[in-house]
Amino acid sequence: MDYFIELLFSGLTRGSIYALIALGYTMVYGIIGLINFAHGEIYMIGAFTAFIVATVLSIYGFPLVAIVIIAGVAAVVWSSSYGYTIEKIAYKPLRYAPRLSPLISAIGMSIFLQNYILLAQTSDFLPFPRLIPDFPFMEPIAHIVGSTDLVILVTTFVVMVVLTFIIKFTLIGKAMRATSQDRAMATLVGINVNRVISATFIIGSGLAAIGGLLIASHIGQINFYIGFLAGIKAFTAAVLGGIGSIPGAVLGSLILGLTESFATGYVSSDYEDVFAFSLLVLILIFKPSGLLGKAKNEKV
Amino acid sequence: MGIVKELKKGALISLWFVFLTFPVMVIKVDPIARTVVWRWENALYMAVGTFVVYYIAQFFLKKKENQKEASEEKGLNHSIIHKILQNPLQRNIFVGVLAVAAVLFPQVLSAYQTNVMTTALMYVVLGLGLNIVVGLAGLLDLGFVAFYAVGAYTYALLNHHFGLGFFTVLPIGGLMAATFGILLGFPVLRLRGDYLAIVTLGFGEIIRLVLENWGEFSQGPSGISDISRPGFFGVDFDLQSSIIYTYYLMIILVIVTIFVVNRLQDSRLGRAWIALREDEVACQAMGIDKRKTKLVAFSLGAFWAGIMGVMFAAKTTFVNPASFTFLESAIILSIVVLGGMGSIVGVVLGALILILMPEYLRALSQYRMLAFGAILVCMMIFRPQGLISNIRRTYTFKKKTTNSLSK
Amino acid sequence: MKLTVSGKFLSTAACVMLALSAPALSVAGDTIKFGIAGPHSGDLASYGLPSAAAAKLVIDKVNANGGINGKKIEILKEDDVCKPEIATNTATKLVSSGVEVVLGHICSGATIAAMPIYKDAGILVMSPSATSDELTYSGRYPNFFRTIAPNAMQSPAMVDFAINKLGLKKIAIIHDKGDYGKPLAEGAKTYVEKNGKGQVVLFEGITPGAMDYSAIVQKIKESGAEVVIFGGYHPEASKIVSIMNKKRLKTKFVSDDGVKDDTFIKVAGEDAEGVYAAGPQDNSANPLALKAKEEHKAAFNSDPGAFYEGAYAATMTMLNAIEKAGSTKLEDLKKVLQSEKVDTPVGSINFDSKGDAIGVGFSMYVVEKGKYVVAK
Repeated sequence: MDYFIELLFSGLTRGSIYALIALGYTMVYGIIGLINFAHGEIYMIGAFTAFIVATVLSIYGFPLVAIVIIAGVAAVVWSSSYGYTIEKIAYKPLRYAPRLSPLISAIGMSIFLQNYILLAQTSDFLPFPRLIPDFPFMEPIAHIVGSTDLVILVTTFVVMVVLTFIIKFTLIGKAMRATSQDRAMATLVGINVNRVISATFIIGSGLAAIGGLLIASHIGQINFYIGFLAGIKAFTAAVLGGIGSIPGAVLGSLILGLTESFATGYVSSDYEDVFAFSLLVLILIFKPSGLLGKAKNEKV
Repeated sequence: MGIVKELKKGALISLWFVFLTFPVMVIKVDPIARTVVWRWENALYMAVGTFVVYYIAQFFLKKKENQKEASEEKGLNHSIIHKILQNPLQRNIFVGVLAVAAVLFPQVLSAYQTNVMTTALMYVVLGLGLNIVVGLAGLLDLGFVAFYAVGAYTYALLNHHFGLGFFTVLPIGGLMAATFGILLGFPVLRLRGDYLAIVTLGFGEIIRLVLENWGEFSQGPSGISDISRPGFFGVDFDLQSSIIYTYYLMIILVIVTIFVVNRLQDSRLGRAWIALREDEVACQAMGIDKRKTKLVAFSLGAFWAGIMGVMFAAKTTFVNPASFTFLESAIILSIVVLGGMGSIVGVVLGALILILMPEYLRALSQYRMLAFGAILVCMMIFRPQGLISNIRRTYTFKKKTTNSLSK
Repeated sequence: MKLTVSGKFLSTAACVMLALSAPALSVAGDTIKFGIAGPHSGDLASYGLPSAAAAKLVIDKVNANGGINGKKIEILKEDDVCKPEIATNTATKLVSSGVEVVLGHICSGATIAAMPIYKDAGILVMSPSATSDELTYSGRYPNFFRTIAPNAMQSPAMVDFAINKLGLKKIAIIHDKGDYGKPLAEGAKTYVEKNGKGQVVLFEGITPGAMDYSAIVQKIKESGAEVVIFGGYHPEASKIVSIMNKKRLKTKFVSDDGVKDDTFIKVAGEDAEGVYAAGPQDNSANPLALKAKEEHKAAFNSDPGAFYEGAYAATMTMLNAIEKAGSTKLEDLKKVLQSEKVDTPVGSINFDSKGDAIGVGFSMYVVEKGKYVVAK
């Protein structure tokens, strides 16, 4: 039973990690129908910014709390700026281009950003400072849930609540929903669609940066290549839950995380990804638009 | 007045980029020695660089807009290559020149150049195969590399265990891949668009992971080495002539592929694919069997990938799962989209550019992949429809004029 | 008709132009062409760049002293991204541009794919890092040498240490599914089973680059293993040990040469304490190794990365062989390499008939106070 609970929590942690990245994917997809392959790289840049800022601050002797806050804010600010800029450069000119062109542009952007970090910083793995200390009150159950796991779980939950609030009740959230339902109609009722798209990229990238900061302090290392696999996994999770749907992205991520964890625990980690992808195929066969995705009826 | 405004805008954009790249470009920390290096000169380079790049981009964008206007005035905008291909005399000359160049290539240039060209030709065929699936049938496939892997391992294993030769396995590899294409096709028939994309991506990963983990079958990540090169009636070649021989073999395969794909495109099946791509519902209403058409598209696309897999194993003489990652699928897809979806000439050109470019960008050494990514983005921005967009057969109705004999 | 002629003429002219610009075939010029092949970009660049740096440092020094036998050494550096299919292009390019010896490749897969091309051209190849048994044991590549010990020696070293020195019998073997880690892990497994002293309680592969290894750590705990033997590279190892610590798991961790890297200690920090790793024989007292490290610090203002010493040694032995043999013919070079010992950062080495360095074996190290020291 202990073993089961342990696996459950490691699955939840993993799922929450995926969720923070998957949310950005699903938001962008919901608005402009683009698989933003460069999203994994935004996450990586967030982690790098946090790494650089946190290390500089710790060298200059700032207290831990200040470091966490400043590094977090810096990661969000810069990641969002990158997201905003990338959209303007690589996707906006392609808004009315054939459907696959922005996808290739995104792949190109992803390769570019990876190599940009490689050249500007280093190809080595770097130690990420421990931003989350071991909480004393967690000590009795540390073998099941660590302090970082707890922080990740809580943060994902909070982010999810805040995001739902933004989407449901704020003006920009309403504009986003309108744009995702019908872009032309949204323009007609006076919504500045370009601004909504920019806002989506900014929010999605900010979430990825929070993810980058948390995950990097969880695993304690970063490198220019971490975004690639994370991006693919998060994308899988987003599709599993129904791409375009925000609760779907979280649900899909948790299911993916749990599947991987239990597959490793009870079967073999050799085939953990095989399990993950097979599950995806199975779910999509029975629900072709993902778990919470809306089935679109195509008309002639 | 305009100039001042432009300058101001350029300066603002440079400033934005200096801010954007500040942490990564300017600061370099060593977390162990606990030192910080401030590289302020990089901020300066960034500012100047952005300023220049911005104006170059503006210039090209203006040019693109002017072109668009001009082409709209003229009506249809066919690229030169299509104009050449439409005129029989010019086409024959063009093909003749190409043939001579292809034959002379390995005689004139070094083994390295020939080898690189062979690789590029392999991607031409891969691109044409994927073009059937993505370009014609409109099914976004992100796991095309799986079929490539199936072909490669078919040859590697049959050669390793039973000593079967290249030409025996060539059709077997193709058929194996086609079978896998149908296997993948069945469950995903109902899916559309991006759901299909992720499932195919997953399929590609599953194949690679199985090859990696099932050691008894595939020898795992260590791969299979010492695979025979293509033979020629029992003649053993040295490396130099083997490279040239492989090159000519590839030329023949490319010609066969272009011929077959071209015929397919204009066949009943090809038209059904295009109809499927344009509108699935309408297509079904016209009485086209959606299931069958999709499955055939998958298996025919996979067939070419399988053939190329055999070729790959024979050329490299070594296969391991690391060669068949998602990035490979992404590159093949880029070839199709960059060249122009559905256009055979476009795909050929796309493959040559995308595969030869990184090879010749070697001079840039570590900036190679950076440039590759940037070029991919720029090409898409300036030619989103691909280098050579496909021309659908169009029939224009013209009112009869007095001297109707002239046409 | 006119068009045909001019068209053909143009294409011929273009061909001729290209031919002229193409690198001429093996011109025996007044320089010795020294090829370096390995991943210099992409995700494995951190394994390839240190070797290139090592070769450059050694060669710059030699060139500053007037070169070898009056000839300067010219470096030709080519990127293979650790991919077999690219490596064949890289190799053909190096051969076409007339290299006389090659330092590389870095990854075993890429090396195996490239070797037939060098073999055909009769070019000496020396790798600082490719550990696949096949390269030397199969006898297929007489022109291949390496300054690192093969997998076949490393797995038993790890197992013997765990069982005999640490006295731990229940072993969990984990690998990264890669072409370096998995054969090592499999070798360890067969060795344990044959040896009969220990027991393999878990044998699994993990996905490199994954964001979290909690599940596999829980599984190690559940299996009741007393020691983990890990085959793979340091990024995964440091993630695993850090999660093991977080889960308060006290299982010992024994790993391979891919982990015996200072980057591991840097990245894993305190979690690295008490980790055992097999590595090339202790060179810390070797003045040449210290000097090589100093040179790197002076030139690049950073600590050298993986395989730096091996590459340094490989460059030294190859240059020595060229100097002593007075030629770059494979047979002459082989004679010198096999007969003459050279003092290098990895010890005083020469090579056996298979191509493996004699005198390069394994010691076991343990991390103590942020440093790898020889384990007792």
